[in-house]
Amino acid sequence: MEGIKLFEVREDILSDNDAAAQQLRDKLRRDKTFVINLMSSPGAGKTSLLLKTAAAIGGDLKIGVIEADIDSTVDAEKIRNAGIEAVQLRTGGFCHLDAAMVKTGLEGIGSQNFDLIFIENVGNLVCPAEFDTGAIRNAMILSVPEGDDKPMKYPLMFSISDVLVINKIDMMELADFETTVLRQRAAELNPDISVFEVSAKTGEGIHGWTDWIKKEIKDFS
Amino acid sequence: MHELPVTESILNIVLKHAEKNRVSRVVSITLHIGELSDLEDRWLQHYFDYLSRQTLAGGAKLRIERLPIVLKCRNCDQTMHITRKDLGAIECPNCAGIGDFSLVSGRQYYIKDMEAV
Repeated sequence: MEGIKLFEVREDILSDNDAAAQQLRDKLRRDKTFVINLMSSPGAGKTSLLLKTAAAIGGDLKIGVIEADIDSTVDAEKIRNAGIEAVQLRTGGFCHLDAAMVKTGLEGIGSQNFDLIFIENVGNLVCPAEFDTGAIRNAMILSVPEGDDKPMKYPLMFSISDVLVINKIDMMELADFETTVLRQRAAELNPDISVFEVSAKTGEGIHGWTDWIKKEIKDFS
Repeated sequence: MHELPVTESILNIVLKHAEKNRVSRVVSITLHIGELSDLEDRWLQHYFDYLSRQTLAGGAKLRIERLPIVLKCRNCDQTMHITRKDLGAIECPNCAGIGDFSLVSGRQYYIKDMEAV
């Protein structure tokens, strides 16, 4: 076609979100509020792990929770019933949280008054991996019934997570799941990932995870 | 699954450049997207068509170029290009070390250029 001209654009599509996330992280460092972005499939046990974690370290640290849910308040109510402060962000169909939404949540809960805030991201292993939330650390939960092949299906999630919590180890005998295989596959994508095996139901292994959190917070502040 | 917010970003950036360059219509947009992203080309175009109606970019064709995943061996600093299906037990072609790589690139979401009249 005549008259078509080429214009250089050279812009990163996610640069706005990345910049907003960095600003958020700077603020969190100033306030000494440690934020963990918790990601998993639906039903992997984010809420149960939060409740067990808060029970284990809530005496020493002031903990808050930002809940993302497409359109319900079930999880936030469970958290509040356990005496933990929580705000609910309804994502209205969005499949992930971005930095702007997290900022709203942090302001809503008054993040400067907390030592530790968990962001319970929307349950899926694809979209949340792409968007920096501004959290200090990314954690993913994989539950035993989901299978040890997930690093092959969702490589980005394993690449961007600082820590992997293998949950529901009490169901190990029922499942075709090899922890060593999963650990190896995760390490191939991310050699620095820390891995903990827990049961949020029985409490087994929970201290490995909570000790990691305590150490991270100590190094942070 | 997150094509919608990504598409919104693309449209906003393209319209900004369209205005700056005083064009009357955007014909095509070239995107560089890393292989590690899960975006589907077809849905990206579909959402773009929907969002860009009644704008200068309405009807523009998205040309999506996939960029390879680039890893760097942490033993010998050798870099290598792989595709998504190669992920897993990768052996370094230089030192034969296995599974100790850092990700150099593969997550890009980048607008390279656009054609307009």
